[in-house]
Amino acid sequence: MLIKCPHCGTRPVEEFTFLGDARPRRPASNDPASMEQWFDYVYLRDNPRGRMDEYAHHAGGCRSWLVVSRSTETHEVFATVTARDYAASRRKGRAS
Amino acid sequence: MKYSVFSLFRHSLSGHKNWEPAWREPAPKAEYDIVIVGGGGHGLATAYYLAKEFGLRNVAVLEKGWLGSGNIGRNTTIIRSNYMLPGNNPFYELSMKLWESLEQDFNFNAMVSQRGVLNLCHSDPQRDAFARRGNAMRIDGVDAELLDAHAVREMYPFFDFDNPRFPIKGGLLQRRGGTVRHDAVAWGYARGADQHGVDIIQHCEVKGIKIEKGKAVGVETSRGFIRCKKLALATAGNSSETAAMAGLKLPVESHVLQAFVSEGLKPFIDGVVTFGAGHFYVSQSDKGGLVFGGDIDGYNSYARRGNLPMIEHVIEAGVAMIPALARVRVLRSWGGIMDMSMDGSPIIDKTPVGGLYLNTGWCYGGFKATPASGYCFAHLIARDEPKDVASHYRLDRFRRGYLIDEKGQGATPNLH
Repeated sequence: MLIKCPHCGTRPVEEFTFLGDARPRRPASNDPASMEQWFDYVYLRDNPRGRMDEYAHHAGGCRSWLVVSRSTETHEVFATVTARDYAASRRKGRAS
Repeated sequence: MKYSVFSLFRHSLSGHKNWEPAWREPAPKAEYDIVIVGGGGHGLATAYYLAKEFGLRNVAVLEKGWLGSGNIGRNTTIIRSNYMLPGNNPFYELSMKLWESLEQDFNFNAMVSQRGVLNLCHSDPQRDAFARRGNAMRIDGVDAELLDAHAVREMYPFFDFDNPRFPIKGGLLQRRGGTVRHDAVAWGYARGADQHGVDIIQHCEVKGIKIEKGKAVGVETSRGFIRCKKLALATAGNSSETAAMAGLKLPVESHVLQAFVSEGLKPFIDGVVTFGAGHFYVSQSDKGGLVFGGDIDGYNSYARRGNLPMIEHVIEAGVAMIPALARVRVLRSWGGIMDMSMDGSPIIDKTPVGGLYLNTGWCYGGFKATPASGYCFAHLIARDEPKDVASHYRLDRFRRGYLIDEKGQGATPNLH
């Protein structure tokens, strides 16, 4: 599996550390009433078969947090963006 | 028919041409009392104990591929009950006790071999942690022996004891641990279940779960609709997908774990040994191949194959422990898909959907648990209450904060 880091170019998978699904959004509130949202965010996963956006830390390279869009079925990598750009594009998506 | 020395002799007279198939291949009926989805080790064991121990025989096991084509045939065949936490160890000890009498119980040679499982430690703090775990095991009535480096050297003189980075300081030994021939476990349970009247239906993929008034009433399959009173899911690797058919979202991620076998060697390692400074475990099969494995690859995957860096990592750990392995050639590697749960422990529980039962989250420890998982799942389905030793494996423990986290990693499934 080769991942194209936006900063370092195409690099082998062992340089990256993965942190699971990037889609769940951290709840904004600390209110105990939002407990269900927190439970969902911390413990429940869609666990998709097919395309998935996954956090990856380029620990063996530029040390940036990235989001790798990849197939969990074939390991094909579709796109890689920085976590910052990923969050920004999602914010834009939500605003429009 | 019962397998015995007499049946073997009788069939030898006819040149072994008249052995019956070990189980039937029935067409699915329109309705069963209980339908189990998943014809792997846990599903077949559940069916066997439902029929044999709880007298429920109107049961079907649906398998989308062929029997035992999932993780029951992809693991490194190790059995042990060397856990620490109260919610875990009595359960795994029940499993060990069931392993010890399994072959007589289901009349099938599963090659249960209690050759000992030795965990190596490489530092004083790690030895302290092993002493604690060994004591916790003994409180639960499980055998555990703390060995010093000398005692380990007596057993395995060819280990790298004086490795400058990871010297071997001793180990924790469970003599009752060992290995079992994994395929034979699936076959033995299948044959036993079949003899008690269970229908095992292969190549029958479940496509949907029908729910009426909050209760599961049947499954849409590739071979038509099958109605049932109770529905049990034992679909390791694909649990999120089968549960999603009933509208459930699980605390589970699917990850790939690789395993390996070397070329055949003369007798070399007579027990199961694990490296304590990395993740590596090895035993030698009766054919002579070294069977070994390590960590999961670390990214979500449904592909039953991993990547090369993890292969390199596992073999590095192996060579750090046993330098002589450097010249052994690897014959094959393969991958299986694990339900990695959020605390590293399994789930055997009812669900919010009526009549729907769930068996999932075995991470990569499912094989050793096969008998107890089947027994406890059957108990839950038959009596609608958990068996005592499985009473901690609740689906809602994450919401309530009662996690069973042996490794103390928190909700990071790729680290358990």
